[in-house]
Amino acid sequence: MTKRIFAVLSLLVIASMMLAACGGGGASKTIKIATQSPLSGGQSAVGSDIKNGAQLALEQLSGPLTEMGFKVELAPFDDQATPDTGVANAKNIVSDPAILCVVGHYNSGVQIPSSEEYHTANLANVSPANTNPTVTERGYLEVSRIVGRDDMQGAVGAQFAFSKGLKSAYVIHDKTTYGQGIAEYFKREAEKLGMQVLGFEGTEEKANFDSILTPVLAGNPDVVYFGGMFDAAAVMFKQAREKGYMGMFLSDDGFDSSDATKIGGESLLQGAGTYFSTVSGPASVYEGTAKFIGDFKTKFGHDPQPFAAQAYDSMAICLKAIENAAKTNGNKLPTRASVSQAVRDLKDFTGITGTINFNAKGDLTEAKYFVIQVTSADPAKWSENKIDQILTLAPPQ
Amino acid sequence: MIAKLKTTLGSLGEWINRGKVPYILSITGLVLSTVWVYFSPRSLPAFLFFLAMAGMIYYFKIKPVAKLILGLVVALIVVPIIGARNIFYLEVLFQIGVFAALALGLNIVVGFTGLLNLGYVAFYAVGAYLWAFFGSKQIFLLHEIPGTAPQGTPFLLPGDMFYLFIMLGIIVAAVTGLLLGLPVLRVRGDYLAIVTLGFGEVIRQLANNLDKPLNFTNGPQGITPIQKPTLPGGVMDAFNVILTPIVGQPVTEGQFYNILFYFIALLVAALVIFVTLRLDDSKIGRAWTAIREDEMAAVAMGIPAVKLKLAAFAVGASFAGAMGVVMAASRTFVSPESFTFMQSIGVLTMVILGGIGSIPGVVLGAAVVVVLNLQVLQEVSLYLSQLRQSDSVIPIINFAWKNLSNQLDPAKYQRLLFGLILILMMIYRPAGLIPAARRKRELKAAAVPDADNGTQEAADE
Amino acid sequence: MRRIYESTVLRELLRPLGQIAIFVTATGAIFSVAMLLLALLFRGSAADRLLQENNHINIFAFTLTNLPQVLVDGVTLGFVYAAIALGYTMVYGVLEFINFAHSEIFAIGAFVGVEVLIALEGAGQLSSIPIWLAYVFLALAVIAGMAAAGGMAMLVEATAYRPLRNAPRLVPLISAIGVSFFLQDAIRFTESITTGQFHRIIPTFGNFDQRVSLVKLPLAGVVTDINIQIKSIVVIAAAVLMLVGLNYLVNATKVGKAIRAVAQDRPTASLMGINVNLIISLTFLVGGALGGAAGVLYALKFTRIDPFVGFFPGIKAFTAAVLGGIGNLTGALLGGIVLGMLESFAGAYLSAFTMGAAGAEYKDILAFAILILVLIFRPSGLLGEQVGQKA
Repeated sequence: MTKRIFAVLSLLVIASMMLAACGGGGASKTIKIATQSPLSGGQSAVGSDIKNGAQLALEQLSGPLTEMGFKVELAPFDDQATPDTGVANAKNIVSDPAILCVVGHYNSGVQIPSSEEYHTANLANVSPANTNPTVTERGYLEVSRIVGRDDMQGAVGAQFAFSKGLKSAYVIHDKTTYGQGIAEYFKREAEKLGMQVLGFEGTEEKANFDSILTPVLAGNPDVVYFGGMFDAAAVMFKQAREKGYMGMFLSDDGFDSSDATKIGGESLLQGAGTYFSTVSGPASVYEGTAKFIGDFKTKFGHDPQPFAAQAYDSMAICLKAIENAAKTNGNKLPTRASVSQAVRDLKDFTGITGTINFNAKGDLTEAKYFVIQVTSADPAKWSENKIDQILTLAPPQ
Repeated sequence: MIAKLKTTLGSLGEWINRGKVPYILSITGLVLSTVWVYFSPRSLPAFLFFLAMAGMIYYFKIKPVAKLILGLVVALIVVPIIGARNIFYLEVLFQIGVFAALALGLNIVVGFTGLLNLGYVAFYAVGAYLWAFFGSKQIFLLHEIPGTAPQGTPFLLPGDMFYLFIMLGIIVAAVTGLLLGLPVLRVRGDYLAIVTLGFGEVIRQLANNLDKPLNFTNGPQGITPIQKPTLPGGVMDAFNVILTPIVGQPVTEGQFYNILFYFIALLVAALVIFVTLRLDDSKIGRAWTAIREDEMAAVAMGIPAVKLKLAAFAVGASFAGAMGVVMAASRTFVSPESFTFMQSIGVLTMVILGGIGSIPGVVLGAAVVVVLNLQVLQEVSLYLSQLRQSDSVIPIINFAWKNLSNQLDPAKYQRLLFGLILILMMIYRPAGLIPAARRKRELKAAAVPDADNGTQEAADE
Repeated sequence: MRRIYESTVLRELLRPLGQIAIFVTATGAIFSVAMLLLALLFRGSAADRLLQENNHINIFAFTLTNLPQVLVDGVTLGFVYAAIALGYTMVYGVLEFINFAHSEIFAIGAFVGVEVLIALEGAGQLSSIPIWLAYVFLALAVIAGMAAAGGMAMLVEATAYRPLRNAPRLVPLISAIGVSFFLQDAIRFTESITTGQFHRIIPTFGNFDQRVSLVKLPLAGVVTDINIQIKSIVVIAAAVLMLVGLNYLVNATKVGKAIRAVAQDRPTASLMGINVNLIISLTFLVGGALGGAAGVLYALKFTRIDPFVGFFPGIKAFTAAVLGGIGNLTGALLGGIVLGMLESFAGAYLSAFTMGAAGAEYKDILAFAILILVLIFRPSGLLGEQVGQKA
């Protein structure tokens, strides 16, 4: 037996030696920017597009750094949507001196423990999708995000519903950090505004909403708010319409995908219609968005999922910050700490999701939310949806 | 051809274990690999070589004392130094420690007693949430919206209590194991698998749902921050004073925690291995084996099957509980996402791969799966991604790397790989990489000096 | 199945229909009565007051007016579970082995069926077609799904289970878990290699989304319209058809006799000239095909599928099979209906009765709790196991 084990192990050693080419550091003029998002498993649809959005930005916007003589590379990591892998990757990232910035994380539950590592190593992390207040409430210089916080987006939804003269709401969420966070704040703001919240339910169900919809229909609220991603939201909206609910549907930036109409079809247009709030301006109004969607489709062959545009901007911010930091460092490789500072120092950075300024915590100083109405059942016309309201608000200090 | 290779390797193996050769080999191997890792701290092959060499100590025919000394030198001196140069290695070793303990716990239930538990990660969750609740501010937030905390909320317990909570984690998880075991142990094998699967889901969903009416777990938002153990005073300074010249730079507090948690995981895992080894040789261990082989006969021989099954559940659960506490403290964050069915299957894969019922096998299985998952698959994916960004082409077929689909990244196929491991191991090597009761067979082989590979293989199956 | 009926075809066709009618009525009645009694008990409680404040309705009227719709939803869900559970129970009945990969077989069926429909849509065949053609296309998709899933089930059996047939019980089970994980990623790979995305959405066609009104009932002073979607009717009809067909196959045909013989005693069956391997393959083919059909129907009912879609319905269906008594075809039906009702009731009423403290999110926990309870008090399920008497 010993012999065989020995044989196996020696083969392993030989194999690992042959793999030697993979390891090793690059030249000191190489800059790497890491992405961390789920690339495998059930959440990889969105996670891969976070990576793809960042990759697109890197290809389009790394020009200035290349001119300075740097080689810019993307290092995509798969956090598998689990904290264990996310943290391990974070440590791997931190120990690679060529990595100067991290675009990342889809799940706040992975971002929060992983960013402890970035914080320890002064490594800048720009988050394209983590809306949980805790992400920035810790006050780390390294962690910034370009999405709105749950407490802002939830409030936006409630204010919008209130402005439409709606009196009662039923709140449902998908039991994720993201969906539940937004739903909780929607409920709180709606109650503050004097709306009646008839019910508050969470469900991990993605397909069968029959039983949950029973109390919704019984209460017949003016608006049904869904906190979560489009894949569950659109299915639920469709089933609710089919059951005869005719009020308004309202959701969050997780709804911003043309697949929503592929699922929901006509049912999203019936009754009082379907609305969602997002920071990413609609392509019909913003040239940048239109170009992004076009480029993305050409390169990757499908429409971007929610948060791909945010990932694009996160990468753009990383590149810009590294460029600025390198310039102040006399066109030499900047330190990680200086890049983190440079991210915060960006003024009026124009991205495709709006003009970006960070406050001391790393939130946007003011977030501009578009509330968009779904106007066509044709997925190809998703970008022509109509802006119903624009709400601007500042994060809580 | 293969037979020839086998005999060549076999004679090589014999030569390696003759006289002083193993001593020379193991020491030079360790020194070489250490030097390699030290000078190229980001090289994956170097680290794999180091791990392989460290693992080999176990197999060389050298005196147990020498083994122990070598092992201690590697674990207590070499690893902290190379770990301080690249904390990722500490994380890998930390996770190997954690998952080895988990796999050993599951091994008691599945391997020793023959009860398939598909919800094992639930006990891990119990331990993690135990410290997450008491080691955080959560008790003051019972009436807050999940995910919010008013400014200046204090921690309930000081970080030092962490060490006490490792003990408590053991007890609480064991009690949970008993509570699960009491009702379900009456059901037969396959039903048990599905009931434990259900139990695992129930625990995860409870963690996900208990944010109302009173906010115990923060629901999907997860609990954070959680207290880390306070650093023993002066230890870090001492480390820096002695080792800064060797490491090359002073370690910060954040980095030092990695070393601390590596030691904690190492200690707990060592304890778990010790307990498991003792149990394996004890009366209880034999009774478990008897139950696994033939429960009816075991009962007929007067073995209290239900009690012993409960004991197996409790002991297995307690290991996971302890590691749950360690994990919660090391991450300072706990959320239900860490305790999915996928995790249970991951631990099961470690047990199956290493060798069901075999202690060194299970540890090896944990190491292989962790290294594969965290290092090898990711590294190859990164390498492919690097190639894709370059202008090079695959020679001969003249295919540009750029056009290679993302879908071929190996990191995406973790499930596929786990699945394949489970199927292939079951078909070709159900006893695992290092089959259990190996020693007995070695003794048998030793009694027949001319035992060739053929008969030995037959004995393995 | 010791008694072999004098093979009257009619009996084998009518008996399951009768059973279905009895089960649905009895389960529905028991759940309804229990719920109404509970509502009476809760009158005047804080939950009642909250409901009156929010919805202007007392708790008893709330329960009563929603009851018919909850029952309809519960029955539909129950038939979905039952249809999937048939595959588990079929294999278990013969091999005493949990085919853990059945949920992925189900997913393969769903994907093949949906891909067929997407291809038809791409060819422009689905828009503005007559109703009958829509049903033909759906039938086509179901048949394609059945063929693919059945074939895959056979393949899986031949490669991953057959070599382990005489191994200890745990061994094939672990192999099945491996197959399940393997297939999840394999489906994901094949679906995403072309478009980069691995979920699929079933095209909208025909009249499946419409609702038909069953009856208008005056309940508690409110006239309530009880309606059901056409696709739910399709699902129920297909599930009933599958159950009756399977029952007929097992109990009234020669092949069925062979299957039962193999289930009871493999060596003896082999001595009687039955090709055991062939029969086991056939069992997997039938079980897989049923799973595939269930997959396509699931996609029709719930719109969106991804490679992991099978996992939860699979677990639930398995729970249903165990609940009813695994290996027992009628048991799978009963278990499915009980589970479907349970989830439907929990989802609809839990929130109102606990004032939002515990809502629909507890329905899975409730399902597993019931499973554990049933197994404690009736370790072989509600109707008992029906497998060969092996040591």
